[in-house]
Amino acid sequence: MTEQPIDRREFLTRCTQAGLSVAAAGALGIGFYDGKAPPALSETTETVQIPDFSIAGMSGKICIARGTSQGMDRAGTVRQAFDALGGMKAFVKPGERVLLKVNAAFASPPALGATSHPDLVAAVVRLCLDAGASRVIVTDNPINDPASCFALTGIDAAARLAGAEVVIPRESLFQRFSVSGGRLIRDWPVLYAPLARVDRIIGMAPVKDHHRSGASMTLKNWYGLLGGRRNIFHQDIHTIIQELAMMIKPTVVVLDGTQSMMSNGPTGGSLSDLKPTGTLIVSTDPVAADTVGATLLGRTAADLPFIAKAESIGAGTADYRSLYLKEIQAS
Amino acid sequence: MRIVTTRRTSQIFFFLLFLWFCVVSSLGEQWWQLRGWPVNWLIQLDPLVGLGTLLATGTLYAGLLWGLLTIVMTILLGRFFCGWLCPFGTLHQAVGWLANWGRRAPWRIAANRYRRGQKVKYTLLVFLLGAAAGDLIRRLIAVPIQTPYLAAAIVVVLLMFGIGALRLRTISGGRWVTSIAAVAIGWVVLSLFTDGSRLLAASLQTGLLDPIPLFYRSVNLTLLPLVDGRLISLSVASRFYPGTVAIGAIFWAAVLLNLVIPRFYCRFICPLGALFGVLGKNALWRVGQRADGCTACGDCDRYCEGGCEPSAVIRTPECVMCMNCLADCRHGVMGYRLDPSAAGEVAAPDISKRELVAFLAAGVTAVPLARLAGMTGDAWNPTVVRPPGSLQEEEFLQRCIKCGQCMRVCPTNVIHPTGFQAGIEGIWTPMLNFRMGTSGCQHGCIACGNLCPTAAIRPISIDERLGKGGFEARGPLRIGMAFVDRGRCLPWAMDRPCIVCQENCPVSPKAIFTRIEFRPVRLDGDLRLRGMTGNRLTFDGPALPSDRFATGDYYVSLDGYPGMIPVRIVNIGPGGITLEDHPFTANAAEEDRITLLVRLQLPYVDPARCIGCGVCEHECPVKGRRAIRVTAENETRERQHRLLL
Repeated sequence: MTEQPIDRREFLTRCTQAGLSVAAAGALGIGFYDGKAPPALSETTETVQIPDFSIAGMSGKICIARGTSQGMDRAGTVRQAFDALGGMKAFVKPGERVLLKVNAAFASPPALGATSHPDLVAAVVRLCLDAGASRVIVTDNPINDPASCFALTGIDAAARLAGAEVVIPRESLFQRFSVSGGRLIRDWPVLYAPLARVDRIIGMAPVKDHHRSGASMTLKNWYGLLGGRRNIFHQDIHTIIQELAMMIKPTVVVLDGTQSMMSNGPTGGSLSDLKPTGTLIVSTDPVAADTVGATLLGRTAADLPFIAKAESIGAGTADYRSLYLKEIQAS
Repeated sequence: MRIVTTRRTSQIFFFLLFLWFCVVSSLGEQWWQLRGWPVNWLIQLDPLVGLGTLLATGTLYAGLLWGLLTIVMTILLGRFFCGWLCPFGTLHQAVGWLANWGRRAPWRIAANRYRRGQKVKYTLLVFLLGAAAGDLIRRLIAVPIQTPYLAAAIVVVLLMFGIGALRLRTISGGRWVTSIAAVAIGWVVLSLFTDGSRLLAASLQTGLLDPIPLFYRSVNLTLLPLVDGRLISLSVASRFYPGTVAIGAIFWAAVLLNLVIPRFYCRFICPLGALFGVLGKNALWRVGQRADGCTACGDCDRYCEGGCEPSAVIRTPECVMCMNCLADCRHGVMGYRLDPSAAGEVAAPDISKRELVAFLAAGVTAVPLARLAGMTGDAWNPTVVRPPGSLQEEEFLQRCIKCGQCMRVCPTNVIHPTGFQAGIEGIWTPMLNFRMGTSGCQHGCIACGNLCPTAAIRPISIDERLGKGGFEARGPLRIGMAFVDRGRCLPWAMDRPCIVCQENCPVSPKAIFTRIEFRPVRLDGDLRLRGMTGNRLTFDGPALPSDRFATGDYYVSLDGYPGMIPVRIVNIGPGGITLEDHPFTANAAEEDRITLLVRLQLPYVDPARCIGCGVCEHECPVKGRRAIRVTAENETRERQHRLLL
């Protein structure tokens, strides 16, 4: 076999190919060179703001509607309560977008009273739409499986039938957020996307016993806007409720004490945990609303340290009699 | 319409039907969710599911009767299921078609020739059925001991036949008598040996390789979670199934082997295909050649899906009835007719009697071997919490086909495939993992049992689950019980208030209750009373940061005054500690030692109330290894796991 000498053309081709390959490898290596190790925790750069949803002229108004008997009609009562404070038009202007932060925490039927009653949710949705709201969104970040919670509580069907949009939380809807002046809600995932799309926010909560904090009402209800491992905040429950009051300045809150969960809260699970208390509160002051709600559970504001804490940061007052107070008998 | 077009239409229809059933197995109220769709129909049509559970349990559960239709049609028509219906087969056919695009005829003809290895599927079938039949065989073996007269009668009758044949001087008569005598002696000896042994047991493992459960499992657990996004939105939260690597690997291996040999799985592995091969060996109609006209061109072998060699002596049990040979034969020789093939047929599967016996024996003895580990007895694994309504473990293993329907439908994604936690038999059976998913096992949910095609998880009612209506006396169904790990629990071990578990316990009255305890706080030095004005207390000693101690959970008390009730700290400022009221005894003196206390609610579990739903474990803020964990202790389904009197 004779050896074939390399010809000039082939020599040049091979040299060019080798040269280009070396250059490409070198360029890639130098291009991606990084002399520093990555940081321990990637810093979040986005800082979102949650606006103040309250209406300046409406502060300090509360209406306590009491029913005449058991079997109070939630839809009629909430309408009368709003009317006593100037009607829903005083809170929602035509064209505004409204968020209803309901309590849909548990996958249990409405009769067990662990969640916002669908009749009440539907009634408030209709009030908002009648007042001219361009869009009403209903949301919560429940404890049990979100889809099951919205379905089984009846909130999903009722709200959609009344004309609202139901937002079931997904990871992409959360954004990291810090409460200014807060200690616990620092760089924490918050159900931000629905908040960013609205002009007004209405908090809706039932009156429930809660072993750790004493009671779960409108202030505790904002817990459902937190994401992530929010359960670690139970170590300091009263401070987290205080910071939630700093985070959300609602337009108005609706506290449903038509029946109250007296024991075994906040999950309930039995009709015997409930007691008809025939009271429904509409208030622009969530602290005042919770103070009234506490009495339905046979407790006082002093039993619930979070009330004083929320008061101390200016979220409202426990002295609800000092406010513009309407007490009505629901018919 | 050409027969091949009809066949393709049928395949596409059933393939899409399969995918549709996978998609709609989501709990919800939309029309494309589980609203009465017969999502188990293909599983029910699979006669291996019916036959396996029938052998293992002695009953044919509800919808599995559909399998009878498939069996009858196979006996009449041959392996139509493989070529016309089976979605897994359709996938293989499509992949093989794509993978071998442009290959030339000689390669194809070589790839489609019959191979000895195709008998492996029959051995697998026999092995798996042997494993399922263990209990039945145990009962048969026990006959001479338990009903000796019946056994003796059977033997005597058979012997009479043999002796009669001997009298007629047939050659086989002698063999008859000796073999019957040998079987009878073997029977008695075996029954004596195995009497009292509970180890000869049935275990349904057909689902490991049965193509319908295999395909469901693969799609539900390894494919749908990957494509579940914006376009195909099946669940709100991403779904996770630990340990699915093996399921996915087997699936992709089966798919990619089509690159080597088309329909590799169908030809070599599939036990369902093997069952059809056995059933269809005497099919009334079969594919074969006409008497004359064959030029031996080999075109019929080119696209043969079954590897059954239609060009020569056709192997009927291997024919999947793709009908490609009918379409490809340019001489009109191939047909699907009542007459046998002119070139001859091999009707029986290519498996010898001794292979049959060997693999049957292997299957029957494999289960007792596995049971020696004791996982269904004293060595049961308490971390394997089965879904609500699951049968007692041994019966559960006789029914579960590992199809993953329960894992697919579970709204909280808490049902996961078991690895080796339940022993080798329990692989890919459902177990609950409360660290994952969107919640624990929701106690108002009965989806898994109502979807289970074999009733390994019984279709319970809400009333049965909750212990209401007619079930009040028995109480709610328990799938396990929660145990507080006091070494990890925030209040128990670290003096930090928490009780998230108590808050989320869904039963009423709550199974988790608390006891209050005041514990002294660890400080760098003593606190001494300096003075008291109204509710305000001044002290000497280490600083008490208000963001730590003025949270509403901290209290003070004075040493040396027994019976004094601790008083809550409302605020801590430069002027001292503000207390909730003015508690201290009048004779409290300066320099008295103050104890700073934290008020803890310590969680306890009431075993009489806990149903093992695992919501507490799911919500526990100690996220790694939870401080409250559910194990299968006290579960309703196993009496021997009972905890209370």
